[in-house]
Amino acid sequence: MAQLTASVYTSHVPAIGAALDLGKTAEPYWQPLFKGYEFSKQWLKDNTPDVIFLVYNDHATAFSLEMIPTFAIGCAAEYQPADEGWGPRPVPKVIGHPELAAHIAHSVIQDDFDLTIVNKMDVDHGLTVPLSLMCGQAQAWPCPVIPFAVNVVQYPVPSGQRCYNLGKAIGRAIASYDEPLKVQIWGTGGMSHQLQGPRAGLINKEFDNTFLDRLIADPEGLAKVPHIDYVREAGSEGIELVMWLIARGAMSDVAHSGGGAKPPKVAHRFYHVPASNTAVGHLILENQA
Amino acid sequence: MSLNKDYLDVPGTTIFDAEQSRKGFHLNQFCMSLMKAANRERFKANERAYLDEWPMTEEQKQAVLARDLNRCIALGGNIYFLAKIGATDGKSFQQMAGSMTGMTEEEYRNMMIGGGRSAEGNRRIGEDGDAQAHRQPQGGAGKSQKSN
Repeated sequence: MAQLTASVYTSHVPAIGAALDLGKTAEPYWQPLFKGYEFSKQWLKDNTPDVIFLVYNDHATAFSLEMIPTFAIGCAAEYQPADEGWGPRPVPKVIGHPELAAHIAHSVIQDDFDLTIVNKMDVDHGLTVPLSLMCGQAQAWPCPVIPFAVNVVQYPVPSGQRCYNLGKAIGRAIASYDEPLKVQIWGTGGMSHQLQGPRAGLINKEFDNTFLDRLIADPEGLAKVPHIDYVREAGSEGIELVMWLIARGAMSDVAHSGGGAKPPKVAHRFYHVPASNTAVGHLILENQA
Repeated sequence: MSLNKDYLDVPGTTIFDAEQSRKGFHLNQFCMSLMKAANRERFKANERAYLDEWPMTEEQKQAVLARDLNRCIALGGNIYFLAKIGATDGKSFQQMAGSMTGMTEEEYRNMMIGGGRSAEGNRRIGEDGDAQAHRQPQGGAGKSQKSN
């Protein structure tokens, strides 16, 4: 059976992708940020999964205002990096895993979560920047990726609780797949940031670090935080953090809570301000046998 | 039953809800069109003519021509859509976000390096933080615009 081995959490700021693509990682502005991912790049080499289930949000790229799915699962064989207006990022195309994706869609929809199935789309910085942060300037990504897009652009967006519960269903779906695949789930976006209006540039280190603490040790309680708290405390775009709850909900201690699974091991934790307009947070949690 | 929009009292912030989205549908769809290089070229060659191909309001067109992102947002735009205009102009997200504060690029960049804008006084309308209406514009760029 397939096994969820670990979850990875990271911000997905577009300027990070630009810094990587333009060879600026050693500049004083960027150096402390990329240093925080040195451990993670080695960790991913040592713990390369067979598939990454990558939770992110589309930033008005694949989904215009014509259609706005709340939760969309990519079931395609491959995905091209999108032209978001600056030209496409010079990164490898993303290879999908249609079989596992279809299995998860089947399982999760029957578990009462109404996913939209996507068979063709381009992927934007929300998906490719986390891969770049964890893999560096790769010729090819280390394994297939299942893109899972969450609407956090047009309100109302799904609640933290809804995301957390969905994560549990995804965790159960992965565990019921027949092939012996090692799977990681990544939750991306955040941390505190606001990109609009006179309040642009808002950062809240205290909120962010409490969020990281609770994501590790009290995800159940964290899932109950309402939207308005994210907006007030972490900025209008800080709402992206609800996506981290999907990844956390899939972890064994939550998704299989009756099975006596231990809380996950914190393999890495990192926090840095700023990357462009944004506070960058990063966690790696490993499921304990 | 009326909907509870508990996000309306956050200063300097417009939540892109279904109502804003309806107002800004054509503005945002115009922005999406700039994801194609050929359209970016056509827009740059004659902005007014390109905008006239879209059923946007005159106010929306003027806001785009002036690159007034705060105005665009008030008229239904959303930053992830509007970012396509900035990208066409070769601007970064930091330049776009900073342009909405009244700060110069350098002032905004320095605020971010210094840890960003504090939430203190900026959680609810009526407090005294730097994002409140009575404290706009915030920096050198806005002040020079005002005196012009």
